[in-house]
Amino acid sequence: MTPNTASVTVIGAGVAGLCTARALLDRGAQVTVIDRHAAPGPHACSWWAGGMLAPFCEGESAEEPVVRLGQEAADWWARRTGSVQRCGSLVISPARDRAELARFAKRTTGHSTVDQNAIAALEPDLAGRFTSGLYFAQEAHLSPRTALADLRAGLVADGCTFQIADARPEDHAARGLAIDCRGFAARDAIADLRGVKGEMLILSCPDVSLSRPIRLLHPRAPLYIVPRGDSIFMLGATMIEGRAGPHITARALLQLLSAAYALHPAFAEAEVIEVGVDSRPAFADNLPRIRRNGNLIRLNGLFRHGFLLAPAAARMVADLIFDNQMPEVMDETAA
Amino acid sequence: MRDFYGTALPGGLMLGTAQYPSPAILADAFRRSGASVATVSLRRESGQDRAGQDFWRLISDLGVRVLPNTAGCHTVKEAVTTAHMAREVFDTPWIKLEVIGDADTLQPDVFGLVEAARILTADGFQVFPYTTEDLVVADRLLDAGCEVLMPWGAPIGSGLGLNNIFGLRALRAHFPDVPLVIDAGLGLPSQAAHAMELGFDAVLLNTAVAAAGDPAAMAEAFALAIRAGQLAAHADPMEPRDMAAPSTPLLGKAFLG
Repeated sequence: MTPNTASVTVIGAGVAGLCTARALLDRGAQVTVIDRHAAPGPHACSWWAGGMLAPFCEGESAEEPVVRLGQEAADWWARRTGSVQRCGSLVISPARDRAELARFAKRTTGHSTVDQNAIAALEPDLAGRFTSGLYFAQEAHLSPRTALADLRAGLVADGCTFQIADARPEDHAARGLAIDCRGFAARDAIADLRGVKGEMLILSCPDVSLSRPIRLLHPRAPLYIVPRGDSIFMLGATMIEGRAGPHITARALLQLLSAAYALHPAFAEAEVIEVGVDSRPAFADNLPRIRRNGNLIRLNGLFRHGFLLAPAAARMVADLIFDNQMPEVMDETAA
Repeated sequence: MRDFYGTALPGGLMLGTAQYPSPAILADAFRRSGASVATVSLRRESGQDRAGQDFWRLISDLGVRVLPNTAGCHTVKEAVTTAHMAREVFDTPWIKLEVIGDADTLQPDVFGLVEAARILTADGFQVFPYTTEDLVVADRLLDAGCEVLMPWGAPIGSGLGLNNIFGLRALRAHFPDVPLVIDAGLGLPSQAAHAMELGFDAVLLNTAVAAAGDPAAMAEAFALAIRAGQLAAHADPMEPRDMAAPSTPLLGKAFLG
């Protein structure tokens, strides 16, 4: 392939598609992005993401590549959107679940232990409410919808074209290089892709002010809350094997709201602005995959790590195309 | 060996399927555990939709018996309804019956449990009741038609081990012909070995394996401990005694006399 004249079609304009488009454009390709709806939008699960760039925290349950590759994310996003906040993240537990905090500390790196005073210094609104926690100073967060919009605007400014169409990646691969970034919508083409249902809320709560994502540990229902500025908070997220139905369950709503209430009783006065339900696309080990079949490359399985891993995965797609460099997350290839 | 509603389960391990870091790790843990039964919760993972089926395919690929449970049910009606849904989805008469009485300790509501067990056995279910070590409750469950009992070791997910050795030993002695499974509360393989040494037929675990740093290694550790406990139970252990009993004869030693 002659990189400078390469013309590539990306199908899917969620976080995977937009990051891939950016990586290819940066390498000199002509890029067209096709999505079935105006994107970014609520049909993509990245629309509902928490936006935590928290590779070290994710190490509690994720495999090693998530921790390593995720460390690229904050710098990558900071170059493309003004919405990145580098304030670290805070992990706390109610006193009765202290064992969960010990377990979390044992399974992760990049944290320091914080006592009641340090918690109060980081988050004054939590003063006196929690006696110990873990502070992950190197972590960051962003506002997903702003980040996606900024990413798209930058792509358009640099000559990337966007189309709205119900495209079949196979059809485009017949005419040139195509990248399938459709997420769970590619389920029919990827037999081992599964859905992991997630439910989240967006709250407006002027009575509480937080600077960074807070993870509240609980043996059965660990949850997090991410400040979005202007008194807006994202509260997430459940993890249930299976594809999402259209509505949130009462159980999820109870879990989410009781976690917010446990964090700070003032959340009882919050207004629930949005309810999100969607399926994260995932493979059996919850790690992403890049697969190539001739002109068709599929990037999928970003699971709950869309914003965290899409920059690294997009770089690997570009390296595959331009340098013929085998991605570490590639498990299948055919000429 | 006592069988479970006509099915022999030689491995002595029933393993839960919740809380693993990923399905791939779950599958590894099952392979190394040698577990013969997988417990699955209908309420937490929706089994009927299409993407949920991927999870069930993974479970059925494990090649073990599926024991659906009514985890999280707090009333008789909920538990009975969930049992019926589970029978439809998994096509098995087996049901691990949980009727939770307290949200903090997750201890069984034994009154609701007996009532639900009666309803379900009358309806053709083969009930595995999650109960306490209480002898009278055990008797009522057997009256209700249960042919297996699953007393707790300690509260679900606590990892505290066998909290009432006396009660568990009494249960074993009172019901020598009933298959008994320690369900819930185990955290370490040594505790599983102890349960088997007491003459229990199996242990049921989930959190101890799923929440370990290396679930697959912990699964194998439990398998080895259960095997050790089984062997020990069958080997007819010596009786403990208060005084030392030298293993070599003292006769002729210098200090005599």
